[in-house]
Amino acid sequence: MALLARLEHIVKDFGAVRALDNVSLDINEGEVLGLMGDNGAGKSTLVKTIAGNFQPTSGSFLFQGRPMSFSGPADARREGIEVVYQDLAICDNLTAAANVFLGREMMRRLGPLRVLDHGGMNSRAAELFRELKSETRPADLVNRMSGGQRQAVAIARTRLSRSRIVLMDEPTAAISVRQVAEVLALIRRMKDQGLSVILISHRMPDVFEVCDRVVVMRRGRKVADKMISQSSPEEVTGLITGAIQSA
Amino acid sequence: MNSPNPPSMDIDLLKGSSRPWWNRLLMSQEAWVALAILILGLIVSMISPKFATSGNLLNVFQNACFIAIMALGMTPVIIIGGIDISVGSILGMCAVTLGVLLNADVPIVIGILGALLMGILCGTVNGAIIAYFRLPPFIVTLATLSIGRSLALIITNNQVFYEFGQSTQSIIAIGGGYTFGLPNVVYALIVGLIVLHFLLTMTRWGRYLFAIGGNEPAARLAGIPVDLIKISAYAFSGFMVAVTAVFLVGWLGAVTNAIGTGYELQVIASTVIGGASLTGGTGSALGGAIGALLVEVIRNALLIAGVNPFWQGTFVGSFILAAVLLERIRSLRR
Repeated sequence: MALLARLEHIVKDFGAVRALDNVSLDINEGEVLGLMGDNGAGKSTLVKTIAGNFQPTSGSFLFQGRPMSFSGPADARREGIEVVYQDLAICDNLTAAANVFLGREMMRRLGPLRVLDHGGMNSRAAELFRELKSETRPADLVNRMSGGQRQAVAIARTRLSRSRIVLMDEPTAAISVRQVAEVLALIRRMKDQGLSVILISHRMPDVFEVCDRVVVMRRGRKVADKMISQSSPEEVTGLITGAIQSA
Repeated sequence: MNSPNPPSMDIDLLKGSSRPWWNRLLMSQEAWVALAILILGLIVSMISPKFATSGNLLNVFQNACFIAIMALGMTPVIIIGGIDISVGSILGMCAVTLGVLLNADVPIVIGILGALLMGILCGTVNGAIIAYFRLPPFIVTLATLSIGRSLALIITNNQVFYEFGQSTQSIIAIGGGYTFGLPNVVYALIVGLIVLHFLLTMTRWGRYLFAIGGNEPAARLAGIPVDLIKISAYAFSGFMVAVTAVFLVGWLGAVTNAIGTGYELQVIASTVIGGASLTGGTGSALGGAIGALLVEVIRNALLIAGVNPFWQGTFVGSFILAAVLLERIRSLRR
């Protein structure tokens, strides 16, 4: 697998708190990477640094061989780095299609003006939902939707552009068993299309079912980085709690 | 492209298009307010023949327009989950600016431009403080309400302007004149209504207002310039207040430093009656305008029916409560 992105010696301080301590990490093309760790271990900070929400205090981020410096999530998105947030970051008062296109609406000409292309966005969103095999209807309000449909809306957002990395923050935390299977199937579909997926999760079975590699964080440091086939849920649990120092 | 929802102009971004039109109509607050206006009008017409005369209806409409234009301005602010209680004072500042400029015998265009700029400036100051210092909009605009009224007093030194130099005729013609049988301010309202409806439903700006009101952190994550949009919403409110000031000054023929005092409550009442929720995320152009009309119809109806005017506040207040309850019931049915 070809190298897609490389984090080198990333440090992130919030005042006196060192949230990320000298983290280096390779991300390969078409790879599903499981990112595990206890609350406050630095998973979210790491993901937000890759996604451009945070600027690292020191260290470098190479993406497709080029050093990157993002001043915001829009920069990262332009390079093809997409995030599905834990709380899904969805506006309940807007339609599914409006949420999918939020921040990059399709426009059409109306005389001298450029206006929102409601029809175009609805049909493109409908296509995306069909690809995801979701029954979400583009013109429905999100506040009437189930957890799985909301998930589909959040994931459809990342499929709008030619994304290379999709960061998923606890996508299976608050949904039913059947919907978990749907989301995992979806992650495999993204991998098949050559996308790299970084899956942050507390759920050991999900990580061992869908990931190729697992990275464990503890108190801001990377304490393990190994192939799933060479690890075990017991070992990962030990690494997360600190019973095993590193592997 | 094969689409289950054929592209059309009238896709309402706030409602699923899967419902039949009569259901959607029943679900809209604007329809209920229109019905209330109609029923109220019918009742008063039966009590007194004076209500349904063209003279009185025009008068009602003209009075409602001033509040309605400001309610149009308030709508984007309320959609983003904010509030602007300084609109009465901004009206005072704009009117005083217009008064001072015209009194100094400048051409009317300069005077109006000055008033409009003052409105945009006041709104921008409100918005900038709210967006960049992350202070609650209620407190910030409470402060600017106080500051604005005080500055109006300082600038006018408590004098009334009724001499507008070379522009006396034109300003009174703008505010008090008629075009094709309707007061000029009515056209201002109609243009404002169409423009705001277009902005809210067909532009990125409108879409982002709703997104910010629905989930501000999500809007930020989506890369929307939340702070700038917030400032623009307050600036828009200020601009609409300035437009109102121009017509109101022309209609009254004078600028007092108390002009606009207490208007903020009527403006906010209108937008709330029209279906905007103070928690943000909902609202429409038509809602604020039609809410203002209902408030004015109530006041006029009571007057004509010979009810002691002290009762006006009770009736308007009851309608505010009824509107909020109706909104709650509708959101439960959704």
